[in-house]
Amino acid sequence: MARVVVDVMLKPEILDPQGKAVQGALPRLGFEGISDVRQGKRFELEVDGEVTEERLIEIHKIAETLLSNPVIEDFEVHVENVAGPGAGA
Amino acid sequence: MKIGVVTFPGSLDDVDARRAVTVAGAEAVALWHGDHDLQGVDAVVLPGGFSYGDYLRCGAISRFAPVMAEVIEAARRGMPVLGICNGFQILCESHLLPGALIRNDHRKFVCRDQLLRIENNRTAWTSEYDEGAEVTIVLKNGEGGYVADEATLDLLEGEGRVVARYLGDNPNGSQRGIAGISNDRGNVVGLMPHPEHAIEDLCGPGTDGLPFFTSAIKTLANA
Repeated sequence: MARVVVDVMLKPEILDPQGKAVQGALPRLGFEGISDVRQGKRFELEVDGEVTEERLIEIHKIAETLLSNPVIEDFEVHVENVAGPGAGA
Repeated sequence: MKIGVVTFPGSLDDVDARRAVTVAGAEAVALWHGDHDLQGVDAVVLPGGFSYGDYLRCGAISRFAPVMAEVIEAARRGMPVLGICNGFQILCESHLLPGALIRNDHRKFVCRDQLLRIENNRTAWTSEYDEGAEVTIVLKNGEGGYVADEATLDLLEGEGRVVARYLGDNPNGSQRGIAGISNDRGNVVGLMPHPEHAIEDLCGPGTDGLPFFTSAIKTLANA
């Protein structure tokens, strides 16, 4: 089994009020020097069997059809190796 | 004359929309999100609310509801379709209208009687207004900021497809103060304010919203 991760972020030119709210909270908590915060979404897709080229093409389709709205968001897809029992970090 | 109103899980204003259709003089038909069936209606309203809890993105999951296959096909054939608030978000997610709606720039939910200018009275849903009419209609949203790229905004303005614009302070950060737009044919209209809450003097800010519904009835009668 493998895990494919889809990260979805608002396009840089789209205002991110949630990120702004998080950024605004940082100085109040005493954290300085963070000039910007952007908030996105991470989807973890557990794939049955091997992650083949065709599977990845399909997952790109999932990402652009449902997981993201291409009008306002960009996405990135990457494959994560799921460590089995006893495997090192 | 039958105007259908779709109920999704989490729709709030479907009953008010059906009432507005009735008050305007048409027969209101309740449509169910899970049916591949428009029950022979002549027009469709996608009402406000929080369909599917606004999970993923507002309107993103409703866009794939079974009934939407029929709504999208009918809209492409020219059937009048009005999306109000969450319905507007669904129309954008369905790509029947360009652009998208994002969280209000000030991050607060807005709920107020909003002054608008009707800038295009040539759509199926606005023909009963005078062009440039200033009307007061309820606005209530958390994610009502209309965004699109500059080329799309210029196209919408150039083709007169900005149907309604906010007057006074911009209530939600919408680009160019856009409150509503139409497709190029003018049969599909998306609107962030809620005309179905402004149809009777007893409740709400008056009856300025009623012409959205009477316009559709007249458009259908003339078709």
